[in-house]
Amino acid sequence: MAATLPGESSRGGEWQPGLRESALFDRNVIAEIQRAAREGIYDIRGFGAKRRLPHFDDLLFLGASVSRYPLEGYRERCDTNVTLGTRFASKPLELKIPITIAGMSFGALSAPAKEALGRAATEVGTSTTTGDGGMTPEERGHSKLLVYQLLPSRYGMNPDDLRKADAIEVVVGQGAKPGGGGMLLGHKISDRVAAMRDLPKGIDQRSACRHPDWTGPDDLEIKIGELREITDWEKPIFVKVGATRTYYDVQLAVKAGADVIVVDGMQGGTAATQDVFIEHVGIPTLCALPLAVQALQELGLHREVQLVVSGGIRSGADVAKALALGADAVSIGTAALIAMGDNSPDYETEYRKIGTSAGFYDDWQAGRDPAGISTQDDELASRFDPVLGGRKVANYLRVLTLETQTLARACGKSHVHNLEPEDLVALTIEASLMARVPLAGMQLPLIDELAVRVAPRVAGERDRPAARR
Amino acid sequence: MVADAALATEVVDLAVTPLRELNQRLHDVGRTGAGPARWRIVNPRGAHAVACGLDAELEVEIDGHVGYYCAGMNQHASVRVKGNAGTGLAENMMSGTVVVEGGASQSAGASAHGGLLVVHGDAAARCGISMKGVDIVVRGSVGHLSAFMAQTGRLVVCGDAGDSLGDSIYEARLYVRGEVAGLGADCIEKEMRAEHVEEVRELLARAGIDDAAAEEFRRYGSARQLYTFKVDNAGAY
Repeated sequence: MAATLPGESSRGGEWQPGLRESALFDRNVIAEIQRAAREGIYDIRGFGAKRRLPHFDDLLFLGASVSRYPLEGYRERCDTNVTLGTRFASKPLELKIPITIAGMSFGALSAPAKEALGRAATEVGTSTTTGDGGMTPEERGHSKLLVYQLLPSRYGMNPDDLRKADAIEVVVGQGAKPGGGGMLLGHKISDRVAAMRDLPKGIDQRSACRHPDWTGPDDLEIKIGELREITDWEKPIFVKVGATRTYYDVQLAVKAGADVIVVDGMQGGTAATQDVFIEHVGIPTLCALPLAVQALQELGLHREVQLVVSGGIRSGADVAKALALGADAVSIGTAALIAMGDNSPDYETEYRKIGTSAGFYDDWQAGRDPAGISTQDDELASRFDPVLGGRKVANYLRVLTLETQTLARACGKSHVHNLEPEDLVALTIEASLMARVPLAGMQLPLIDELAVRVAPRVAGERDRPAARR
Repeated sequence: MVADAALATEVVDLAVTPLRELNQRLHDVGRTGAGPARWRIVNPRGAHAVACGLDAELEVEIDGHVGYYCAGMNQHASVRVKGNAGTGLAENMMSGTVVVEGGASQSAGASAHGGLLVVHGDAAARCGISMKGVDIVVRGSVGHLSAFMAQTGRLVVCGDAGDSLGDSIYEARLYVRGEVAGLGADCIEKEMRAEHVEEVRELLARAGIDDAAAEEFRRYGSARQLYTFKVDNAGAY
């Protein structure tokens, strides 16, 4: 059958034998060139990177057998709790599961959607996170544990909410757009969003890419000191970075005094970013995570400064692999929205009306979300039931947790944090090098194999006098 | 006894008392409503985060220079620095008054939502960056990129302003008496009407500045041309 995707037939022609599509200029590329020529503006969209990237799918667990023994699947205990912020904060965050809800703003999301995330996190004993735009009473009221983001824009930032928070996250960047700010487009600026952000209704609201009162790592240390002083050293302070120069960023954030480091890989979602940014800036979660772990280990602070990783977490397998590679917890954003009903086939008729289809919808910036999640339109938002939505996300979080435990027990672990890199092998050369685990069937990570077998020979060649080569 | 305790000035010597202890005691007054209302802090010696996070109608006088983020996120309190202040003075202030008798480093009043910030000397770059409702009066001059992305509130500069004043400004109102080295994207000079002269007069009076006439100021604000992204404006950035 022709490779025509739902909703695409109006944009591309039908395939028939003899018509050969270019791999370089495929129908999506052609459509984008035509769109750019027509509109004269780059494509801004939501969701995360859509290109294929090396990811956790390229890793497999080595289940126990003779050399290791497993734990009984439906009987033996496999704990999942994690404490974030043990380094300096007097009141660390105690989570029952190592899966948290990532920062998403009220503004990008509707108030009922934010409420649903709070309900879900509370039900399963984890935290949720505010976003650019401040803390809403709905969100605080329904979230037992709430992380309050300090962002460059400082929209809605105030000391009362800072003191009400359970942790503070200094946002330096996000995986979808490291080095970039944001733009909440005017059609999502309702009266309430405008009031929270101290700006007129209906105009595009820029979120700055840099903080207004600190620039480098030395300033960040002083900034963190101020936040600790304002909150009397009670709250854990997270520093969130988009994955790029992750090894250096993590070391500098730790030296600046962070309790927790959050690394968001390039697959991390966004509400509104240029497509070119989403697809071409940052590094995959798979290689950012080992870089962060290496940075923490070299400082002697792995596990003492906790590491939260996000960007493309979809299943318990992703969670378990992230933990095995050294993360203390993961965060989910896009997956939580999907669990709530984003891209649901229930709305197919309406997706068709706005030129898309369930499974493809990424215009989260547009505010016309048929599912009532990424919108500020009262009619659309009212379709979304925060109780039901919260139940769905809680269900999903439980499934992620059960899956993670299943894999951990299979590897003989009584706590999900006992998973380790040597429980993993890689399916591809790229994944082996990025994750630093052996290629399936080999004994050493490929990078070490290269060091042991190839490097000495290369060095031997180099040491020989040139005339004898 | 309670009344006496409230009137007495509590003196804290930062050469002896740790900063943490000072800030905790200042916060405790806000939390419990009990304790001295007047404080004098000596030997600040450039310490960072002095008197930040206050949340009570305290009068705090600091004898000397302070480092970064002095009076950060202030609510209700009146803080006077008898010296110079470092980066991020009164950042994210919500209400109250912060007065600096000397100069202020960059990002003074950054993202501040309310209250009054007075700098009697000069303020460096990015004064009033991202301001969200605060009133700032600078007796001297301000550096480049002041009022960058300023949202609401008023900035009054009795001296000169550096390059790119009010770049990407939203609805804040800027008044400058001296020279403006250059205006940033979407910032234009606007007519100084009677209500604006009155506004400047009132702000100068609140700041205790009586040697500058409100009529001598010029007004700057947003041309509102970049409020909605249009490709035809791409050259303006």
